[in-house]
Amino acid sequence: MKVFSFAFLIGVLAATSITRAADITGTITLIGTPPPEVPITDIMSDANCGPMYKETPTTHFYVVGPNGEFGDVVVSLKNGDGSAITGKSTGASAAPVVLDQKGCQYVPQILAAQTGQKIVVRNSDPCVHNVDIIDAAGTTLHNDVQMPNGADLTYTFDKPQLFMKFKCDIHRWMFAWVSLFDNPYYSISDHEGKFVIKDVPPGNYTVVADHRKLGEQTQTVEVGDKNVTVNFTFHVK
Amino acid sequence: MNNIEINRPLRWFAALTAIATFFLLAAGGLVTSHEAGMSVPDWPNSYGYNMFLFPPSKWIGGIFYEHTHRLWATVVASMTTILAVWLWLKDPRKWMKWLGVSAFLLVMAQAVLGGLRVRLKLDNLGAVHGVVGQSFFVLLCAIALFTTGFWRKTLAQNRFNVPASLRALVLTATFLIFCQLVLGATMRAQHAGLSINTFPSAYGKLWPDTSPDAITEYNAHRMESTAYNPITAFQVILQMAHRIGALAIFIFVAFCAAQAWRKLGRNDALTKFALFWLGVIIVQVGLGAATILTDKAADVATIHLLCGALSLVTGALWCIIAFARSAQVRAPQTESFGTFGTFAANKQ
Repeated sequence: MKVFSFAFLIGVLAATSITRAADITGTITLIGTPPPEVPITDIMSDANCGPMYKETPTTHFYVVGPNGEFGDVVVSLKNGDGSAITGKSTGASAAPVVLDQKGCQYVPQILAAQTGQKIVVRNSDPCVHNVDIIDAAGTTLHNDVQMPNGADLTYTFDKPQLFMKFKCDIHRWMFAWVSLFDNPYYSISDHEGKFVIKDVPPGNYTVVADHRKLGEQTQTVEVGDKNVTVNFTFHVK
Repeated sequence: MNNIEINRPLRWFAALTAIATFFLLAAGGLVTSHEAGMSVPDWPNSYGYNMFLFPPSKWIGGIFYEHTHRLWATVVASMTTILAVWLWLKDPRKWMKWLGVSAFLLVMAQAVLGGLRVRLKLDNLGAVHGVVGQSFFVLLCAIALFTTGFWRKTLAQNRFNVPASLRALVLTATFLIFCQLVLGATMRAQHAGLSINTFPSAYGKLWPDTSPDAITEYNAHRMESTAYNPITAFQVILQMAHRIGALAIFIFVAFCAAQAWRKLGRNDALTKFALFWLGVIIVQVGLGAATILTDKAADVATIHLLCGALSLVTGALWCIIAFARSAQVRAPQTESFGTFGTFAANKQ
């Protein structure tokens, strides 16, 4: 009886904590006119990559909607005191994230994953690429060949960091930026500027929004059992 | 009296090796300018092929620059080896034999540095590789100089001392150029493109704002398709140091040329050499500006590198000739030649 009561109590507490997790949602807006994207002329002069395009593609540093909706902003959580949330990674059991090399460009260009989570790099192009991975401190971690339509390359990383670089040295305009977190509480704003961080346990947090060009903004928030909205506004002069 | 006769084929081969090295600097410069240093992940093979059997159809994109650099490096290493052996067997001057050995060891060290950079993925070794490469070029040019008739004549003339003050001036300017080279190599190793993309001002000022807000704003407006790192305050200061270095070098070399004209006379070979040097520096300043104004176009940046190598070697050779002449004036009767060792009195 006592064992049953104890187990029942544990079950109720667990259920309570689950139902008390909430989402942090928000919208990210850019105010101001960003500089124009530059044409990647090197693509067109490449014998393998050029034929894949009718027009010269451009960079996409700023993914901005008609009303300032700001995409490709990495939103993550830290503890309320600003320290990193560590040891909460569920990456080992999470589904792999895929980084594709398509049209001699990385797709997507901004990606986020957890430590221990598989990052699958695919080559969908008819030409060879090398996958050169450089951490935020500038150390080259991997430099691997990937043949056209060859086998996927799979990587996992143990150290959280922001904007780790994936690049191809054969095609010097190819970059992707992968941010790694030691917890599952992150999101990337979409083309409408919206983000959702799901199932955040109750507590005080610092919500961090990072853009590769415009730096970082933070807001503190208290999460209870209801969804919380946090909006960010970036400015470009 | 120096009766050394260096055989003509050896003299020409030494010059050819130096010229080949100049082209190797160009090839290496293009590798960095095209950000292709890691485009061939294996070494000494290339994508699993023996490097001499790697099919040209696969030399695409950055691979073209890195692979041709490796092939040309093999040519230069072979030529240097032949030169070292040739000097050892045929040059009667002991110090020249050891200079040849030094060149051989240095080119081997360069090969290892390049290989280690790729194998161990040590990107920062690229800057060291670049600096050693330019030093190797100076060594080969010096060896080529020592095989010439001009060198023999220089040592035979014991009447034209080069004042110590002028020698010190040129030595200082040459050292400044070497420091400028190291700065340039460090800048290129940042892989951050142009940390200041305006010239002659620096973001509209004489000295740019390097506060965090200013750096964020510079990065916000930088739209570079190939440079993969955002710029930092350190990199902005690095470029400013490079600009100030360029100004200092120009002033020094102009002063050297003026002093050479005044103290040695306009007909002296060293005066003409100093004027040539000044011309190279003026071109180099222009190329530096062009590098910024063309948004670091790969070919312009590489020519800037080559002109820097030429300015370094000009200063170094000037110093060597000047010190040799002065040593001869001090000790005209002896066959011993200070730090350059002993000359044989007889023909080879």
